[in-house]
Amino acid sequence: MENLSQITGRIFDIQRFSLHDGPGIRTIVFLKGCPLRCRWCCNPEGQEWEAHVMKMPGKPQKLMGQDVTAGEVMKTVMRDMPYYARSGGGLTLSGGEALGQPEFARALLMLAHEQGVNTCIETTGYAARETIASLLPYLDTVLMDIKHMDPRKHEQYTGRSNELILENARFIAAHAKELIIRVPVIPSFNDTPEEIRAIAGFAKALPGVHRLHLLPYHRLGQDKYDALGREYTMREFSPLPDEKMRYLLSVAEESGLICQIGG
Amino acid sequence: MEQLPFVITKSERIPRLVDTLYSVMPEIEADRGVLLTESYRATEGLPIIKRRSAAFMHILKNIPIVIREGELIVGSNSLSPRGCQVFPEYSYEWLEAEFDTVATREADPFYISEETKARLREVYPYWKGKTNSDLAKSLMDKAAYDAFTVYNIFTPGNYFYNGIGHVNVNYGKVLRIGYNGIKKEAEAAMAGLDVAEPDYNTRRLFLEAVVESCEAAIIYAARYAELARKTAVSCPDSARREELLRIAANCDRVPAEGARSFYEACQSFWFVQSLLQVESSGHSISPGRFDQYMYPYYAKDLAAGLITRESAQELIDCIFVKLNDLNKVRDAASAEGFAGYGLFQNMIVGGQTESGADATNDLSYMCIEASMHVALPQPSLSIRVHNGSPQPLLIKAAALTRTGMGIPAYYNDEIIIPSLISRGLTLEEARDYCIIGCVEPQIGGKTDGWHDAAFFNMCRPMELVFSNGMEKGVQVGPRTGDVTEMKSFDEFFDAYKAQEAYAIKLLVNACNAIDAAHAIRCPLPFESCMVEDCIGRGKSLQEGGAHYNFTGPQGFGIANMTDALLAVRELVFERKQLTLAELREALRANFGYGLSGKGAENMTRLLVEKLAESGVTINESVVHTVYREVTEAGRLSAEEKAKYRAIREMIDACPKYGNDLPEADALAREVAYSYTREVEKYKNPRGGIFQAGLYPVSANVPLGAQTGATPDGRLAYTPIADGVGPCSGKDVNGPTATANSVAKLDHAIASNGTLFNQKFHPSALAGMDGLTKFIALIRSFFDQKGMHMQFNVVTRETLIEAQNNPEKYKTLVVRVAGYSALFTTLSRSLQDDIINRTEQGF
Repeated sequence: MENLSQITGRIFDIQRFSLHDGPGIRTIVFLKGCPLRCRWCCNPEGQEWEAHVMKMPGKPQKLMGQDVTAGEVMKTVMRDMPYYARSGGGLTLSGGEALGQPEFARALLMLAHEQGVNTCIETTGYAARETIASLLPYLDTVLMDIKHMDPRKHEQYTGRSNELILENARFIAAHAKELIIRVPVIPSFNDTPEEIRAIAGFAKALPGVHRLHLLPYHRLGQDKYDALGREYTMREFSPLPDEKMRYLLSVAEESGLICQIGG
Repeated sequence: MEQLPFVITKSERIPRLVDTLYSVMPEIEADRGVLLTESYRATEGLPIIKRRSAAFMHILKNIPIVIREGELIVGSNSLSPRGCQVFPEYSYEWLEAEFDTVATREADPFYISEETKARLREVYPYWKGKTNSDLAKSLMDKAAYDAFTVYNIFTPGNYFYNGIGHVNVNYGKVLRIGYNGIKKEAEAAMAGLDVAEPDYNTRRLFLEAVVESCEAAIIYAARYAELARKTAVSCPDSARREELLRIAANCDRVPAEGARSFYEACQSFWFVQSLLQVESSGHSISPGRFDQYMYPYYAKDLAAGLITRESAQELIDCIFVKLNDLNKVRDAASAEGFAGYGLFQNMIVGGQTESGADATNDLSYMCIEASMHVALPQPSLSIRVHNGSPQPLLIKAAALTRTGMGIPAYYNDEIIIPSLISRGLTLEEARDYCIIGCVEPQIGGKTDGWHDAAFFNMCRPMELVFSNGMEKGVQVGPRTGDVTEMKSFDEFFDAYKAQEAYAIKLLVNACNAIDAAHAIRCPLPFESCMVEDCIGRGKSLQEGGAHYNFTGPQGFGIANMTDALLAVRELVFERKQLTLAELREALRANFGYGLSGKGAENMTRLLVEKLAESGVTINESVVHTVYREVTEAGRLSAEEKAKYRAIREMIDACPKYGNDLPEADALAREVAYSYTREVEKYKNPRGGIFQAGLYPVSANVPLGAQTGATPDGRLAYTPIADGVGPCSGKDVNGPTATANSVAKLDHAIASNGTLFNQKFHPSALAGMDGLTKFIALIRSFFDQKGMHMQFNVVTRETLIEAQNNPEKYKTLVVRVAGYSALFTTLSRSLQDDIINRTEQGF
């Protein structure tokens, strides 16, 4: 039998008491490295695979990227077991892109399930089908982004076309216990009713998908770009007004899905 | 917006009552003090218990009374709204000294008229040498008195200067049989006494005093009935006239007889609550399980169609307003410690019945609703949580938490009940517990808990370890040896325990001296007649009449001492990077952040004054020594400063309590035991034991201001950690990690209560989803044997403060948009976004 605890991976943060990344009170493990380069990304320190330091103003310099074993991570995750039990929460893998480290991700999910912990992943869905297939048996909920239906605009803003992603969405919908579609609503990218309607229509057509979350654009990552010496190209955009989000919510609801603003 | 249970329309009467209450600055009134003195002058030579009841009668017959505009529940202890009376029998000199500053001081100012000053100046000379605190001082051991007044190791100041309060009387009994019923009980007890019994004479006196006190309460209510009728006659508004006549009818009936309706029960409750605060100046007179003893009257009237939920809610709201009409003037220093005119009238809802079934009823919800309607500091509303608590009750409670008023506090039945059983209560009694004042559990109607007996500063014994028990040239603690010679961590920790144990001995002496003084000078027959088994034993509470007697002094500073010991263990004894000699130097030098200039002069003056008070002869050399100690760090070379600051950085890098680190938390448990296990060795003069609490109210700030630097890196004269929580800003792994650490302490042994604060932004509780996750957090902490939790759901002002002092708000959770985040990790601009959004309200 393989020793799952010894499998190593690279992470850049563990965040306990997360309230909006799956059901209940959760611990998020952020896995390092991502194939996409979304312009609005709020975790730019998670994009590169290589470890590097980041110095935020007023805070000590921090190394982004620690190589750890699944056992070490689970030790931290399990400390909040009483909270998961009471709230229906558990472990959420995020990133970066957790699918980029399938062996490690699988080890974490299996270890969680062995101990009765609910599991979630937040994913771009950008990975080989067999990679996804290897993880699905150990996932209770998949939170997957559909950012845009137009392949060219998708590539322009994220660095990748959406074909593989849409194809994987169909596969996940057919095989996952639960799939929730998430749409980061980004000014100038996908904040028109037509764009939202198109995504919601696609999501509705996926078998077994009932829920859609609209995640309002925020500027949480802005300072990190400065700290990483990178340009934040979304600087000119403000968060969308509440009325606009509510309007887009009503547009998404036309699809017949259960929709909400926020996770 | 989510659908909450028991949303009841607020009567428009309520805002008007609140406006009246807050229309003027609270005023000090002389009447009680003058009437009390008149009575005492007339009863010289009588036994004290009779003098007390005679004074109570004289006051209640003559004190001016008032019915405020629009009131449905009447009975005011002062003519002016939120005014207060004075209690010279406990102490008075401080107020006389503050006559001219009490109206302008920053904390809890009171207006006092020239006429009031003159009337009080006339009676004050009578009390010279006759007060409770005069006697307590003379009874107290000199070393204990000095430890309290000069060295600030602990302070039993509250009961030294004031009444005890801190009681939950048997309200249900008054509602059932009235004071005529209690009077009959006392008369029957008297009739049953055998004149040849050894304590026949004192028992008879006590019972006579009970009878007189009951009669006084009945006469007082009759005066209100008469006033209501008189006011009705001249009232032009017919609706109000009807109300006044109903008030008169209520006061004719209660509290003399048992209540027949919910309205009468409400009025009867109120007379009990307000009159307790005429008899004595003690605070934390706690209504306890209001939803339980009021329920039969509510259920009966509701079933009979005599009331509606709305009309019952209006009466409860009226009571909640009245609880804010009571007030108390404290000395300037204490006012800082209890800032906010706090009376700590704790009311608790939910929980279990004596047989262990869930006790939640309509009134449990309606009390929460009343807090939302009235939105005032009183009562301190609490919720009892057990494994079977209905989720809707907790949702309603969480919605109240979200308003940011800091209420309710949540209590864990599953840990408090066994804790109380370990103190000798029966299972049924333990299941019927209520909370007194801040966090102190007891069985109501049977206990004289002396909760809040003293604050014990757990940091001071650590200072004495480094000085071998010396302070300003005086041997204050035991000689635990030269700290620089200590060879092991155990030896060091043992020295701490020895210093602490000695200080606790002195604390016990101080509390017991004060306890004895109250029995001799201020027995309270009225309060006693509503607590078992005073009538049966023929003794006041103060003489040990209660069924259960405790003394509960509370320790604070666990987090500081844990972090201090962790640092010493790691740096000195494990990694050997620091010697205790170097650490001592760094502490004396306040880690290179010394006092200088005016701050140093003020601190020197304060310390010298205290030395003088204790009888030390002050000469130039003493002043010089103190000044040198205070300013030592101010005169350091740059090199020395750098060295000491580097030591502090090493300490900062050590593990800290509050981060869910098993080893740190295990040590915290030991540190807490060093206090709790030591305290429970001792007995009080009322035949009970001492039991520890672990909470500081707000004394961690003023007492921190009298404590030097500590080895956890805390700078001199700065606040000590709050409650059982971690040192401010040292917990960095989020609220679950902090709660896990706190749950590792043995809460059950701290049967006088523990206090755990957490901070959240209202947005973390947004929507039903936010409320249910919040409840899950509380339940998970309680699953791990936590005892108490309260929440500071922060507002815009706090967010701004957090923005300016991020190191103090590391675990503040805010909802950013569709997600929550730690506030201090957000960029300035995003923080501004959130602050501005808060202003618009969620």
